[in-house]
Order: sequence, then C-alpha cells, then structure tokens
Amino acid sequence: MRTSSAFGPRRWLIYGLLTVAAVFFLLPFYVMLVTAFKTMPEIYSTGILALPDSLNFSAWIHAWSAATIGAASEGIHGYFLNSFILVIPAVIISTAIGAFNGYILTHWRFRGSNIFFYMLLLGTIIPFQIVLLPMAWVEGRIGIAGTLVPGLMMVHVIYGLAFTTLFFRNYYVGIPHDLIKAARVDGAGFFSIFFRIMLPVSTPIIMVTAIWQFTMIWNNFLFGVVFTQGGQQPVTVAINDLVDTVTSVHMWNVDMAAAIFAALPTLLVYLIAGKYFVRGLTAGAVKG
Amino acid sequence: MGRLILKNIHKTFGKDEVLHGINIETAENQFLILVGPSGCGKTTLLNIIAGLERESAGDILINDRRVNDLSPKNRDIAMVFQSYALYPSMSVRDNILFGLVNRHVPKHEREQILQDVAHMLQLDHLLDRRPRQLSGGQQQRVAIGRAIARRPALFLFDEPLSNLDAKLRVEMRTEIKRLHQQLQTTMVYVTHDQIEAMTMGDLIAVMNDGIIQQLGTPDAIYNDPANRFVAGFMGSPSMNFIPVTVCQGEGTVWLEVREEDQTMSRLPLPPVLQSRLKTVVDRKVILGIRPEQITDPGSAREGSALHTMELKVEMTEPTGADTLVFTRLNKTPLVARAHPSTKLLQGSNTPLSFHMERAVFFDPDDGQRLA
Ligand SMILES: Nc1ncnc2c1ncn2[C@@H]1O[C@H](COP(=O)(O)OP(=O)(O)OP(=O)(O)O)[C@@H](O)[C@H]1O
Ligand SMILES: [Mg+2]
Repeated sequence: MRTSSAFGPRRWLIYGLLTVAAVFFLLPFYVMLVTAFKTMPEIYSTGILALPDSLNFSAWIHAWSAATIGAASEGIHGYFLNSFILVIPAVIISTAIGAFNGYILTHWRFRGSNIFFYMLLLGTIIPFQIVLLPMAWVEGRIGIAGTLVPGLMMVHVIYGLAFTTLFFRNYYVGIPHDLIKAARVDGAGFFSIFFRIMLPVSTPIIMVTAIWQFTMIWNNFLFGVVFTQGGQQPVTVAINDLVDTVTSVHMWNVDMAAAIFAALPTLLVYLIAGKYFVRGLTAGAVKG
Repeated sequence: MGRLILKNIHKTFGKDEVLHGINIETAENQFLILVGPSGCGKTTLLNIIAGLERESAGDILINDRRVNDLSPKNRDIAMVFQSYALYPSMSVRDNILFGLVNRHVPKHEREQILQDVAHMLQLDHLLDRRPRQLSGGQQQRVAIGRAIARRPALFLFDEPLSNLDAKLRVEMRTEIKRLHQQLQTTMVYVTHDQIEAMTMGDLIAVMNDGIIQQLGTPDAIYNDPANRFVAGFMGSPSMNFIPVTVCQGEGTVWLEVREEDQTMSRLPLPPVLQSRLKTVVDRKVILGIRPEQITDPGSAREGSALHTMELKVEMTEPTGADTLVFTRLNKTPLVARAHPSTKLLQGSNTPLSFHMERAVFFDPDDGQRLA
C-alpha cells in the first residue's frame, strides 16, 4: 500500500520543494503586509523584512478614504466599488453567454459550428492590445465610450467570451448527447433542456469560469485605463494613479495598503471557491 | 396500438448514404426487432422514427398518421437508450415524471401513473434516489419506467440491455417481453445480439449496410433466410457454408463433396431440394447447413435425407448441453453439434450425419438464396 512511502525521502523532497516555492511566492506579499503596518519613519529606519513595532492602521485608513487619486482626496474606496460594479455583471453575463455557447456548440450543432468554435479558440490567444482600437471604435459608434457600465463591462464580456465558451464547451462535450435526445422525446425544448438538465450538473464549470473571469476582470489594468476616465475607473487604475500622484514624500505604506485592498477580493474568491476550481478543472478528466 | 409503417426511408450524411430505402410495415401490438452488425444504420433508423434525425427521403407513419413533420414530442413515442440517459440531477421520481410535467398532465394523474409504473417495475423503494445511486439494472428499469409513464403508441429501444451483465440481460429480456404483453403496444427494439432478436421479436428486420436484408418472423429468418448474410448472422455458432457442386444423373440430383481422404462423395438431397436445384446443375453453389443439422449418428433423427460421412475431428468445444465438433469438408471449416456422450478424439475420424431437409443454397457470387 501507499502508507510505507508516506514519509519516505521522496515525500520529504516534495514537501521541501513546495515549501521553498511557497516562501518564494509569498515573500513579496509579506513585504507588502509588513510595510502597510509601518509608519513612514519606521520604513526608513528598518529593513524591508522587519516586522512593524505595532499594528498601525493609519496607512490603511488613509488609503481607503483619504489618499489623493487624480483630483480628489477620498482614497480608493470609490474605485473599489467601481470594480465591483464592473466585475459582477461582467462575470455573470460572460459566464451565462459562455454556458449557452458551449451548450449550442456541443448539443445543437449547426452547419459551420466547428469553424465558429475554432474562430472562438483564436479569440483566446488574441492579446489585449489588439482589441483596443476596434473596441474603442465600436463603443464610440454606439455611444457608450468612456463609461464603466456598460462601456468597460462590454469590453470585458466580449473579450472573455472566447474563454467562457471554451470552458463550457469542453465540459459539455462530456455530457452524453443521449440525455438531450431523451429530453427532446420527453417534450423538453431548447431552453428547458438547458435549465433543467444541463445547468444543474454545471456547478463545477460555472465555478471555474466565474473564478477565472472574476480574476481576469478584477485584475485587468489595460482595458480600465483605456476605456474609462476620472471617477469611473476601476481600482487597478486608481492604484496606479495613487502611486503616480506626486506628493512631497512617497507613502510606501499607503501604496501597499491600497494594493492589498485591491488584491483582497480575488484572494477571498480563491479561498472560498478554490476547491471548486480544482475540482472543475479535473472533472472532465475523471469522468472521461 | 402502434402500427408503424416506414416507406422507402433514405438517409444521407454529407455525401454518404447510410440508409438506402427502408420499407417496414408492422401490425398493431407487434414486437419488431432491428438487428444487424455495428454501423449498419439501426440507430439512425430509430432516430428517424423518433424524429431526432431528419430523413432524407421517405415517409414515416405511426398509427396511420404521417409524422415526418412532427417533432419528437408530438409523435406519441417513447425511447429507451443504451446509456439509459437518466437525467443526473433529478431523482428517480422526477425522471419518470419529466415527460408528464412537460406535457402538463394534471398532478393527481401523474401521481397515479408514478405509482403504477413504480409498482410494475419494482421501483417503489428507489423513487427518491439519484441515478448515480442505482445499479445498472435499476437504472435500466428507471429508463424503461420513464418510457412507460408516457403511455406512447410506440416504444423505441436502442440496445437497452447491452450494458448489463449476462444474467441481468436474460432477466430484463423476459421483463421487457412481459411488459410488451401487458402494455399491448408496438415496440421497436434495436439490438446486434441475435439471441435477443430471436427470443424477443415476433417480427425481425435483419439489416446490413443500410438495407433490410430480410423482414420476417423469427422462424422464417432462421429457417428460411433470404440470403447468405441473414443465414450467417442469425444463429450461434453460425451456419456452415460449404462450396459444393450440384450434379445430376440417373434421374436424381446430388451434391459432390470431397471427404477427408480426398475421395469424392455424394451427398444425397431430399426430393424438394432436388427439383429446386435442377436449374443450377453442374454449377458450384454454397451449401448452408446449421451446426445442429450435423450430428453424431446416435442423435440423428431418422429421415429420408440423412447422410453419414466420416470426418476428421480438429477440435471439440463442450458447451454442456452438447459438444461442438470442429471439422472440415471440402477444405472448408465445419461445425457440428454432437451429443456430449459422443466419443470424440482429436485428430481421428468420426461419423457425422447430415440432415439435409433444412439445407439451404446460395449463389457463390452474390450470396442470394438459390434453394
Ligand atoms: N451524425 C452522423 N454523421 C455522419 N455519419 C453518421 C452520423 N451518425 C451515424 N453515421 C454513420 O451512419 C452509419 C450508421 O450508424 P448507426 O449509428 O445508425 O449504426 P448502428 O447500426 O446503430 O451501429 P451500432 O450497432 O454500432 O450502434 C455509420 O456508418 C455511421 O458512421
Ligand atoms: Mg447504434
């Protein structure tokens, strides 16, 4: 059995390597965290790895509600909210459309559906920069340019569709087509089959897609900086402005606190739903 | 209930025609078997009957109503799949009721039907389970229950038993037969298992390459095959096919075969076959004779057309009820069925009796039946 090798040298080696890797990746976060709790004099007088003297929340409060970003000095909280206003509908819409696309591409195939799918695949390898001009042109034509919602949201939905469709398509090919045939004989239609039969078994892939989209959109900087201005900007752009805004001294602790604020939602999503992510990614392989 | 008529059904996928004009007509309350090797178009035909696939040409009539342009749900059919196709997120109860809910059957009526179906298939204690909590046999019963609940005019089964183990398969076979008698509805049953075909059907359509090779009762298919394909496909072990020459002289017709020691031997024929074979005298034909028509002389029934020859035993295969004897005639492998007590020594000669009254003859070129 396996028990004999549980504490063998191989196992120790693996754990050792994983620990080194974890430390390596966590170190920057550690530096951010300790810096955010320090006062400015402390930052100048101690090494970057040193722990703060005390838990000092003034940088956090300043970053959240008082830091100067652009013209206003109200901290990042408004932009933080902007990101949520952007991300939530963008994730829901792109995931929903991806699910429908995947459902159609696997179980309601039409003439040319393969070509359609390969074109979508191409969409997953198109760099952000390439879509900037066409998107801006279209948004200008339909009069939603410069807005957070629907302007920036639409950019993210469209860019994300290739990914969400791919995820759902790959998941739904594993669902036997006989199920759809049985349901059709049973009198269920296109939507009824989707909502009553496909969706109830889609939890793992919905989680994967939603987490993926949430992370991509929340962390995105380029689209935000190109397609929004002023108070409409998402938090990633706000942090950049915060760091860039020239004041007499550079407030490292405020920058770090703001960056951690910005990172918290994605961190939480992974902590809460991470197990679904792993499960969803491996589900197809297990089911065969 | 449930007369099915198929008129000249064609189906083309892209450039490939996979069904080349299928004609079938059943009576009411019939058990129609579609049997044939893998890829011959059985599922395609069933899907066309169900309306899940569009025919390229031809007409489908269910209870004398043309259903070509009706969607599956309006054809008054139910279907059972090889993979069971139970809705994974629904309980057994909801699986069975799904079709009724979609058709807006009133609730009290649904409950009554559920009770009946569950009782009929012994599913009462499983109603709250999910499909994945059921064994293969139970899943199959639920799939059948889901079909029955709809009380359709026509049941379509696509190899429903092929995922079950041998014992369960035999049980379900009789259960489906029993259901058929109880429900008094026509069933179309696809299989590539010729034992299922013989035991369950009262009308068998043997298909190959998108063509119905023969449509007939199990008895006709087995004893009076239309061509070499049907003869070889039905029956296990398969019918023996021996090339022989038809000879005529002194007012009789016989077959010339070469025995083990290369001597020519005459295989006499019953009078009926003699007259039928008169047209092919001096030609090579294929003699078709089933293993059970070649026995040890001890088990042979007395008959005018009995002929005994010494043949060399190459191998034996005891099946319990009888022993299969593998030998050769005219350099062609031959299987005979002997009584298990027969003394059979590998490599030595043994007398085998040929019952020629059921022998059939095929054209060596196109496999069509000659006599
Ligand atoms: N959607 C399709 N597109 C193209 N060809 C198809 C399609 N469906 C079936 N075929 C072809 O049609 C032929 C008949 O297929 P079908 O599934 O009806 O066979 P079958 O008799 O049910 O075989 P099996 O016993 O293996 O289930 C096969 O050659 C198959 O490759
Ligand atoms: Mg098939």
